Amino acid sequence: MTYLPSGSAAPPSPAAPTLPAVPPQGTPPPGPAVMPERRSARAELTDRLRSASTTEPGRLRIIGAVIAVLVIAFGAVTAWQMAERSSAADDVLHRSAPLSSDAAAIYRSLADANTAAASGFLAANEESPKLRQRYQDDLDMAAEKLSTAAGASRGSGQSARYIEKLNKLLPEFAERIESARTYNRQGLPLGGAYLRNANDLMQNEMLPAAEDLYEAEKKQLNADYADAKAYPWGAIALGVVAIGGLVWAQRRNYRRTNRVFNHGMVVATAAGTVVLLWLAVGHTFAYSGLSGSYDDGVRSLNALNDARISILQARSSENLTLVSRGAVTVPEGKPKAGEDFYDVEFQKQMAALGDKTKGTLGAAWKLSEDEAGDAPVDRTVFAVTEWKKRHTAARTLDNQGNYDAALAGVIGENGDQSKATGDCFDLADKSLDKAIAHEQQDFRSAAEDGRGAMTGLPVGAAVLAVLGATGAVLGIGRRLSEYR
Amino acid sequence: MSATDRQRYAARIRAMAVAGPLSRLRGWGGVAAMALACVLTAAFALLPLHHVSEGPSGTGSQGVADARQALAPAAPACDEAQPDASLGARDIDDGPKIEEIRDRTDKPKNKLVVGIDQNSYLWGYRNPNNGNLEGFDIDLANAIAKAIFGTYTDDNGDEKVNIVFRAVPTNQRIPMIKSGQVDMIVRTMTISCKRKADVAFSTAYFATGQQVLAPDNSKITGFDASLENKKLCVAAGSTAQGALEDKDYGADTPLVVPNQLDCLVRLQLGEVDGVVTDSALAAGQAAQDPTVELKGDPLATEYYGIAMSKDPKAEDLVRRVNHELDQWRKDPAGWKKSYAKWLAVPLGDPGAKAKPPAPNYSD
Repeated sequence: MTYLPSGSAAPPSPAAPTLPAVPPQGTPPPGPAVMPERRSARAELTDRLRSASTTEPGRLRIIGAVIAVLVIAFGAVTAWQMAERSSAADDVLHRSAPLSSDAAAIYRSLADANTAAASGFLAANEESPKLRQRYQDDLDMAAEKLSTAAGASRGSGQSARYIEKLNKLLPEFAERIESARTYNRQGLPLGGAYLRNANDLMQNEMLPAAEDLYEAEKKQLNADYADAKAYPWGAIALGVVAIGGLVWAQRRNYRRTNRVFNHGMVVATAAGTVVLLWLAVGHTFAYSGLSGSYDDGVRSLNALNDARISILQARSSENLTLVSRGAVTVPEGKPKAGEDFYDVEFQKQMAALGDKTKGTLGAAWKLSEDEAGDAPVDRTVFAVTEWKKRHTAARTLDNQGNYDAALAGVIGENGDQSKATGDCFDLADKSLDKAIAHEQQDFRSAAEDGRGAMTGLPVGAAVLAVLGATGAVLGIGRRLSEYR
Repeated sequence: MSATDRQRYAARIRAMAVAGPLSRLRGWGGVAAMALACVLTAAFALLPLHHVSEGPSGTGSQGVADARQALAPAAPACDEAQPDASLGARDIDDGPKIEEIRDRTDKPKNKLVVGIDQNSYLWGYRNPNNGNLEGFDIDLANAIAKAIFGTYTDDNGDEKVNIVFRAVPTNQRIPMIKSGQVDMIVRTMTISCKRKADVAFSTAYFATGQQVLAPDNSKITGFDASLENKKLCVAAGSTAQGALEDKDYGADTPLVVPNQLDCLVRLQLGEVDGVVTDSALAAGQAAQDPTVELKGDPLATEYYGIAMSKDPKAEDLVRRVNHELDQWRKDPAGWKKSYAKWLAVPLGDPGAKAKPPAPNYSD
């Protein structure tokens, strides 16, 4: 700022950015005529500014123009940067967060449909209408979420590809499950073969695609968060420069005229200061709101969704251990080679779940911060602990050769599963459902607070900037009129 | 499959079930020659080993490896013309293997652990309506376990056989015997000299042969040029897979799946043109889908046997199983009853002509 009064080189700052694009020296460019012409135009401007800066009215004009441009630029950049953040916060709230939770729901309902189908197979003729309904609801949910996701997913080609793949495979999966049921009703083992085929399709193609979709949407959510939370450095810097310029101009005015206030410039300074403060406070609130929604909402939701997927996979593996009767073992050369493949998978999921001190449940426990969030996680941990106990008991029975008792320990007997692992699975699943709903609400209210802190800022900044620039120009004009 | 086709096919299977013992009788004449051949083979196989162990150390290790390879297939003294010859039947109740099963702690105590299939209709399958394992192989396994290890009364007061079923994929039958995870495999397992290098077999309990299964309207006519450029499906580790590796009739590289029944799923989904499997198993597939049928004649007659460990210390179990198989063949509530229950109708009801293959003993 200090070089402004000397005015020789710096004043053409509005034009400065365009000049370096045509380097005036050194290069011998196409036409020899171009160079002299440019040089003369530039020289003319410099001459004019030089002559203007030699007189006080001339200097005042330059100062007025520069300050007006700075204030307008400050307002414009603030409006632009905050509009961008506000729309990113909007995306977080209304697009990427719902999309990533939709993607989690797609994964969950697909895994759950597969688990329900395998449970129905294990229960043979005891398959309850409830289990059938659950399978049907899962398929409906997956189809519905896929169509919303297809409509809302932004251009990112990858998400669209995963959605397309899942849309194609879902009816194939359903068809194979229906074949399995038809043959089962006829008492033919071909039904079991179709179920295995459907399970392979789900495990090898559909769930990986759903996981990729979930990851892509999570990435988009994180990117939107980064955009919404980014500091508006450009606006802040311009604000400081504009207010500094105004203060300097008023001090100069005071020194030359001994007048304390120039009303126009005071209004301009006040407007600029209000915008700067609004910007700082508004963004700070938005930042803390969004950070809160991420820490309390998104991170909790991620942990809970991961836990739920582990629970579904564990249940599916537990069922398949009994369906396959030891037919699938861990291949040679891998850890735990020769052990039952599905039981090893079960243990892996249980380890991933952990308890209150470790694993995804530990993370969910640490991240939940109120009574309403604690209670369902607490119940889930309890259910999982009991599940492990009952599972070990059922495995021991199976390994001793008592298959029927092991089966009863997993799916219950005569429609009563209160002593089976299925009971623990249901409790854990329901509790997590509740915890997810609660965290979703926490997330939404925190993110809405964050976005709310930015409401009106873009428009307000624009209006105040125009007001400030007008004030500055009028204030300088008033001084200028004294020379006429 | 039309009615006449069905009858023709049934007649073929029937012929094999009956032909088993007949072809055996012709084979009896070769027993002496076979024994001689065994002695000679063993002598020739041992000779180079003896020389190598005395030879220079430089080529020694390679020589030993070659000699072992030469020795391995000769050791079980298997006659390719009669792979189904097994150890003589003895009613042993206190042999080392049987005692070990009675007293062990690492696996279910006093329970016979049997590897079975739960996907072979009529043979060993899980009835989806009640979840129980059923079929011809399951009957046989239960009969043997009951005879050797008896029964117990469960919590509900039901009498249960001391048996534990383990589902075994086709290609895991031999590894699971060798690792001791199961005591025996009763799972439509064809007796062959190649397999006898790894496991011991009981005497034969059923005769069958490889066949092609394809949709009614398929142009495939059997093991011939009609298979050219066709995609076939086989179970991993099955006799069918080996047969196609030996001779593919111009067919594409086959699709290999864990279980023969998975082949029927692939056939119905249009992923393959035909299935190659044992005719006895193919009958189970055709019984589940009336739009497929068996094409052409089966390849050579093969026998199903019960596979057990080859360990000399487990010989008592093989002999005892052969003894129980003899009883089962004779018992009206044994082979005949199970045959009538599971196989008679799908195989075209051969009536009284259906007989188990006669046992063939090597000592």
